[in-house]
Amino acid sequence: MMNTLLDVENLWVKFPSRHGIFDAVRGVSFTLGRERLGIVGESGSGKSMTGRAILRLIRKPGIVEADHIKLDGIDLQTKSEKEMRAVRGQRISMVMQDPKFSLNPVMTIGDQIIEAYRLHNAVSKGDAYRKSIEMLEAVSISSPERVMRAYPHEMSGGMGQRIMIAMMLIPNPEILIADEPTSALDVSVQRQVLDIMDKLVKERGMGLIFISHDLNLVADFCDRVLIMYAGRVVEVCDADKLHDAQHPYTRGLLNSLPRLDAPSKRLEVLQRDPEWSEAPSVSGRI
Amino acid sequence: MSMLEVDGLNVWFGKHQQRVDAVKNATFAVARGESFGLVGESGSGKSTILRAITGLAPDWSGTLSIEGQTISKRRPKSFYKQVQMVFQDPYASLHPRHSVDQVLGETLHLHGFQDIDNRVVKLLDDVGLGQKFRFRYPHQLSGGQRQRVAIARALAPEPELLLLDEPTSALDVSVQAEILNLLTDLRAARGLTYLMVSHDLSVVGHMCDRLAVMKSGEIVEIMSVAALRKMDARHPYTQQLFEASL
Repeated sequence: MMNTLLDVENLWVKFPSRHGIFDAVRGVSFTLGRERLGIVGESGSGKSMTGRAILRLIRKPGIVEADHIKLDGIDLQTKSEKEMRAVRGQRISMVMQDPKFSLNPVMTIGDQIIEAYRLHNAVSKGDAYRKSIEMLEAVSISSPERVMRAYPHEMSGGMGQRIMIAMMLIPNPEILIADEPTSALDVSVQRQVLDIMDKLVKERGMGLIFISHDLNLVADFCDRVLIMYAGRVVEVCDADKLHDAQHPYTRGLLNSLPRLDAPSKRLEVLQRDPEWSEAPSVSGRI
Repeated sequence: MSMLEVDGLNVWFGKHQQRVDAVKNATFAVARGESFGLVGESGSGKSTILRAITGLAPDWSGTLSIEGQTISKRRPKSFYKQVQMVFQDPYASLHPRHSVDQVLGETLHLHGFQDIDNRVVKLLDDVGLGQKFRFRYPHQLSGGQRQRVAIARALAPEPELLLLDEPTSALDVSVQAEILNLLTDLRAARGLTYLMVSHDLSVVGHMCDRLAVMKSGEIVEIMSVAALRKMDARHPYTQQLFEASL
C-alpha cells in the first residue's frame, strides 16, 4: 500500500464549559497517504477542529488529546512550540475557508507572499519575488505582476483563494489541509480551484485533507471520505462509492439534497438517531 | 395581471467615473402564486434586483409594478405589507440584542396589528418553532432556527410576495431541506408568490416554476424548470453554467 504521511490515532478535542466538558472531536483515527482524503459533515461535527488539532492550532482552554499524531513517524504532540512552527507551513499547510479574513488587508499581496516565503527560507528579496511570481503562475493567475502589487480587497473571492493556495504551496509542504476552500466561491471558479489542487496532489505527491460540507463535491473530487457526526467518524468509504453509503446519517444527508433529475414535492428530512453520536468512531486507518 | 412586473430595470452604484451598472435592462414578470428563480454567479446582479424592488438600492430606473401598481421611489407603507424579504445570512439579519418576541412584536406593531400576542404565537407555530423559542436571543438559536425566525418576521405583515435572497446558502444540507420544505408548505398554505435568488441550480429546480439566468447584470435567458431539468439551454452562457454545476 502507499506510504503513510500522517497517522492520527484516537484524537479528542475538548472544551471545558459551564456545563462540564464539551467534546468537539471524539476518538478520531485516520491515516493519510499520498491521496485526497475528504472529511464531510454538518457544521459543528468537528471536521474543522480535526484539521486544526493536527496543526496544534487549538488554543487554551481547548484541550487536545491523542494516542499519537505522527508525521513521518514523529509524534507532533511531543514537539515544542518552536519546533511546531517549523512544521506549520513548511511541512503541513492549511488553507482557510474565507480568503477575505485570512489575508492582511493593509499589505500588498506580493509583500505577504514574500514575507511568508522569507520567514521559512533564507533567500534574497529578488529570489523571493521571482519564486512568488512562479507560484502565482502555478495557480493559473494570468497577470502575476499586477496581482503582486494589488491589495486583497481588489481581488475577487476566487482570486483570493488562489492566492492563499499559492502562499501555502511555496514551502512545498507534504500535506495540505484545505478547510472548505471552495465554499465561498461560484461553481465555475470552484472547478478551477479544485483542478489546481488536484494537479498539485498528482505532480508533487502531496497528501490532501479536504474538509467540506458538500457531499457531491467530495464524492467527485476525493479518493477516500470520512463522514463525521457529533465529533465522531460514523463511516469511512471510497469517494466513488459514497452514493452507496450504508450509514443512515450519510444516507439521510444524501437524500436531503434536491435533485434536478429526480423532482419531488418535498425533500426528505434527516431523522437524527441519538445512537449515532454514542457509537464509537470508525477508524479511517489503512 | 402579474404579481410583479419588472420592465427595463437598471440599477447602478456610484457616480460619474466610478459608476458601476449592476443591473442592465432587466425585464421579467412573475404571476400571482408563481415561484420565480434568479440564478447566476456572484456579482451578476441577482440580489441587486431584489434590493431595488424593496428600495434598498437607491439608484434605479425603469418600471417596477406590484399588481399593476407602479412603485414610486418613495414607497408607501402598504407596499411593505405586500412585499417582504428574507436575507441570505441569518446570523447578520437579526438584531443580536432583541429576543425573538421583540423582533416579531416590533414588526407587528409597526404594521398596526392589535392582537400582537396571539400573532407572535401563531407565527412561531407556522414556522415550526413553537413557544419555547419565544424569549430566546439570536445567539441561543442555531442557523436553521434563526432563518425560521427571519421567515416568521417576513410573514408577520401577511405579505403576498416574498423575496428570498439565498435563504439556505448559509445552512447545512440537512437544515436546507427543512427550510425548503417549510417554504413550500407556506407557499401552498398562504398562496404566496416567491422571487428567489440562488446560485444553486438544484435548489431553484426544486423550488421554482421558471427562472432567469443572469450574467454581468443582464438577463441572458428566461426558461422553465422543465427545460432546466433537461439541461435544455439556448444561450451559451447558460450551457456553461449547467456544465459547471454538474
